[in-house]
Amino acid sequence: MATVSLDNIRKTFSKTEVIHGIDIDIADGEFIVIVGPSGCGKSTLLRMVAGLETVTSGEVRIGGQRVNEREPMDRDIAMVFQNYALYPHMSVFDNMAYGLKIAGRSKAEIAERVAEAAKLLQLEPYLKRRPRELSGGQRQRVAMGRAIVRKPSVFLFDEPLSNLDAKLRVQMRLEIKQLQRRLGVTALYVTHDQVEAMTLADRMIVMNDGRADQIGAPLEVYANPRTRFVAGFIGSPPMNFLDAGLVNEPASEAATLGIRPEHLQITTGEARTGGIVLYTEALGAETLVHVKLPDGAMVTVRQDSTAALPEEGSAVGLTWSDSDQVFF
Amino acid sequence: MEKRVTFKGIWLPLLLVLPQLVVTAVFFFYPAGQAIWQSLFIPDPFGLSMKFVGLGNFEYLLSNSYYRASFVTTAVFSTLVTLVSMGVALYLAVLADRLIKGSGIYRTLLIWPYAVAPAVAGVLWLFMFNTRVGVVTWYLGLLGYDWNHVLNGNEAMGLVVVASAWGRISYNFLFFLAGLQAIPRSVIEAAAIDGARFWTRFRTIVWPLLSPTTFFLLVVNIVYAFFETFGVIHTITGGGPQQATTILVYKVYSDGFVGQDLGSSAAQSVILLFIVGLLTVVQFRFIERRVHY
Ligand SMILES: Nc1ncnc2c1ncn2[C@@H]1O[C@H](COP(=O)(O)OP(=O)(O)OP(=O)(O)O)[C@@H](O)[C@H]1O
Ligand SMILES: [Mg+2]
Repeated sequence: MATVSLDNIRKTFSKTEVIHGIDIDIADGEFIVIVGPSGCGKSTLLRMVAGLETVTSGEVRIGGQRVNEREPMDRDIAMVFQNYALYPHMSVFDNMAYGLKIAGRSKAEIAERVAEAAKLLQLEPYLKRRPRELSGGQRQRVAMGRAIVRKPSVFLFDEPLSNLDAKLRVQMRLEIKQLQRRLGVTALYVTHDQVEAMTLADRMIVMNDGRADQIGAPLEVYANPRTRFVAGFIGSPPMNFLDAGLVNEPASEAATLGIRPEHLQITTGEARTGGIVLYTEALGAETLVHVKLPDGAMVTVRQDSTAALPEEGSAVGLTWSDSDQVFF
Repeated sequence: MEKRVTFKGIWLPLLLVLPQLVVTAVFFFYPAGQAIWQSLFIPDPFGLSMKFVGLGNFEYLLSNSYYRASFVTTAVFSTLVTLVSMGVALYLAVLADRLIKGSGIYRTLLIWPYAVAPAVAGVLWLFMFNTRVGVVTWYLGLLGYDWNHVLNGNEAMGLVVVASAWGRISYNFLFFLAGLQAIPRSVIEAAAIDGARFWTRFRTIVWPLLSPTTFFLLVVNIVYAFFETFGVIHTITGGGPQQATTILVYKVYSDGFVGQDLGSSAAQSVILLFIVGLLTVVQFRFIERRVHY
């Protein structure tokens, strides 16, 4: 259990800077999710914390200690890789015991700790198998087991669920969260899936092209996105962007108005703007209505499936309350 | 499911494999058959007639102390060549694997020796170690060591081993490097996080994962040391001194073409044929089963 601090971290690969200075102080036991599109530098950031990449400038502290110069093994961390990175020639037991053996633990202690982890992760029937004889979900669990037996202070996850099918992903997501709570370990979790980020994070770092656009609790980021990028990236369907001039908003310089699909209402009364319904998508519990504004912009309205459904091709009025709009 | 192309008749497939069959027949079956046939006879001293002796040639060989000594020489020679060439190649491959910049040049340079024909390699090494004018001999002399592989059997063996292994390092290097690069980086990184330092990682992760490559190279190198080192030995030592470097293949040549004992020479070829067959079977068995993981 430890705090993690990043202090103006930068990373340069052969003259190209890919991480442009990131600061965050992570509390003991906090679950931090690093989220962003492909190539924005999430893995690089995580690998610098792990010690698998050198830090070009800035400081990484774990438990208050500067660790920039320390080898991965001396940082008291464990990491779960996207492809699991299990040792293919070792049994599940040996995979989990590897780190303990190297640390010179007694046979009895190793057996006990592996058994404990195996029980927690329901891996007991598979201890003798090789990784290739396991399903994707089981391999994922072994990778988790290998991380937890060593009782590290910090867990690092690099897209650990992206190779699983959708259903298993939801299940494992829950398990990871429970496990982290139970062990009280500080966790850094990389994903490009914003739903994963929303559900797992105590706080999330939304990264955009090597910068942290916003750091905050999921709901806070959702409600008050600081940049247009964050607004578009977090939330599905994404936030609608309207030309502020078009809707007669005398906003201070800001040219764009953002509004979440669930905050837009189709109205027959006084409308703030309007458009033509292009098509509707009924998803069961809710319905998405796609409306084309006069200036050609597309907006999405999310409404209850019980609400009246407008005809495709009909003209509708849209309204929303001032408290829900954001300007960029 | 493997997709197979199926042919209707027999003629087209036969035509397609014919070139390979002809080559195999002319250059393998015919000489092999002739060797087996000849191994059952001994020619008279003038080479005018042949006398059938059954397995007599084999009996004679196996009880012949020179032949048995040649077996031992071959074992020592091929073990050393294999160990040296594979050991050095593995070491260089590990270095190249860690190298990021300039690895292209490094690799290219390391591959060059492979293009040098064994006999030429033999001559190169012979020059360096020439007892009178060799540059290495001269330096060894400065150090107070009197190098003379023409008289000293161990030195002769050392020289042919080095010369044979040298040409082989490139080939082994390529395979080892490919094997190392096939190991996922993240597996190595996971081991590093698990606390394994370089040597532990090598011993517990890299080496076991490399074992199919190592095994393949082991067999290939033994075959090489047995059969393809003729040129090196012929140019450097001619099998001497006192047969110290007469490996089995060289003995086939010296008994048959120098000693003119064709029956015995043919019988030796047959024994070698048998050994190659054995090695090939072992190799296929293990490679098919992929026993390692
Ligand atoms: N070893 C490297 N050498 C040079 N550039 C690199 C290296 N590793 C990463 N990069 C570059 O750094 C940037 C960030 O890469 P990174 O792997 O951190 O992205 P990511 O956010 O994890 O993406 P993904 O979601 O696709 O995994 C990319 O532009 C990538 O090309
Ligand atoms: Mg990544």
